[in-house]
Amino acid sequence: MNLEELAQKCGEWLRGSGPESDIVISSRIRLARNFADFPFIRKCSEQDRAAVEGQLRAAIEGEKSWNNLTYIDVDKLPEVDQQFLVERQLISREHADASGARAVAIDPDEQFSLMINEEDHLRIQVMKSGLDLPAAWKQVDQIDDLLEKTITFAFHSSLGYLTACPTNVGTGMRVSVMLHLPALVITRQIDKVLRSLQKISLAVRGLYGEGSQAMGDFYQISNQITLGRSEEDLITQINEVIPVMIDYERKARQFLVNESHEDLHDRVSRAYGILCTAKTISSEETMHLLSSLRMGINLGLIDNLEIPVINKLFIHTQPAHLQKLRGMLLDTADRNAERAHYLQQHLQKRDGDDDPVENN
Amino acid sequence: MKCQQCEKPATFHITELAGDLPEELHLCEDHARVYLMQADEPEEIAPSIAGALAQHLKISQTAEELSELDKRCCPVCELTFFEFRNAGRLGCPHDYIFFGEELEPLIQNIHGAATHTGKKPRRGTPGTDGQTELIRLRRELESAVEREEYEQASELRDEIKKLEQENEPG
Repeated sequence: MNLEELAQKCGEWLRGSGPESDIVISSRIRLARNFADFPFIRKCSEQDRAAVEGQLRAAIEGEKSWNNLTYIDVDKLPEVDQQFLVERQLISREHADASGARAVAIDPDEQFSLMINEEDHLRIQVMKSGLDLPAAWKQVDQIDDLLEKTITFAFHSSLGYLTACPTNVGTGMRVSVMLHLPALVITRQIDKVLRSLQKISLAVRGLYGEGSQAMGDFYQISNQITLGRSEEDLITQINEVIPVMIDYERKARQFLVNESHEDLHDRVSRAYGILCTAKTISSEETMHLLSSLRMGINLGLIDNLEIPVINKLFIHTQPAHLQKLRGMLLDTADRNAERAHYLQQHLQKRDGDDDPVENN
Repeated sequence: MKCQQCEKPATFHITELAGDLPEELHLCEDHARVYLMQADEPEEIAPSIAGALAQHLKISQTAEELSELDKRCCPVCELTFFEFRNAGRLGCPHDYIFFGEELEPLIQNIHGAATHTGKKPRRGTPGTDGQTELIRLRRELESAVEREEYEQASELRDEIKKLEQENEPG
């Protein structure tokens, strides 16, 4: 599979199915692992990096149950392709921006990716659509076991798995659940809710991880602590908090429906109107409007669109995706025009009419 | 003068020097507070770890002791404590042992615990001294090659090969 084929698809985490998928976009677990016999990335020489990459590649390609993984040398990719993988959440921004030998192995369903030479030598990431942490843990645990057959990971009897940054030491595990919380944003309750999460040592980030803004009202909730609790305990903690968040968001949506139905319907319809008719539109505005539209569909205010279509538009209108789909590099102005064109094509095609706004 | 973000009088006059050009801001008390709080938020985890550590060290160490500590250097990867304090990243697995005493309060601070209770490697947890030795030997090999001391390099290569075979899992 090449990146062009990948671009046409949508990826597991935006499939829009799985438990609670009206609010929970995806569940993700990643494990950080390092070789016991190489320095951490910061102190790796070029030879060390190449050796780590080579040994992991051999281990991955030697694993018979993974015969159809796509193995990509990230350092040899053009920038737009690196960006594409970041948008797809198959590699991190840090991984794209780094230098030196580094790679990623991706399974055809995009349920897992193995990042090589990121902040740690290896980061195993499993993604599931909707709220499904136990399944994600089972898979990531299994992948770790398979790789451990041929590689000795740095492990300390009392500190656990050793990582380049002490914030990840112990389990090396980061559990994150991505939520779509537009009603909590509209009703201005989001800050309060997020602050209460921080009090119980959970971290909140935007769509693209550390430092990224909460674009499109997407929030990632993840564990801060990685040491002193078992993987199962950490997963249970998040698994218990998420239903509370879902409940808050549902109540906020209900409040909007009951108290300001007209305003809400207006907001959703305007969003739909702009998305269908704009001639040039930025990525930020698109995310913002798609967020309203997504909530409108979930609340039954718009009935000729489906969630998976909207999920796909969230990802396909990102800058690198647009360029991959168009098959050429575009500057910002051209991207904004192409984005508007792409949105129109995909939102209007739904009802086979030239003007879907009038069909509402 | 009015606040740039509302109708109230601007009582705070801020010159922002972070960008390419100095930027003048005129804000009322409320908007100034919002603006300044934004600027104070830590953006990355790394500096805040380094910050937490530096704070801890400031309380418990004199400047002299701290400068001594900064010079401590891991014999395996040659990371100095100063380097770690600045970057928030360690250089090799052995750092957790070599800087164990300094890292302990930091780890306790981040995680509220100091002992791993989760998954262990399925095939047991053999000592990793052999692996750590490999890190050191490979570094020595590279520097021997750089110095064009090929005889020493060849000896090191043999030693590494032998150790790699001994360490092979299975």
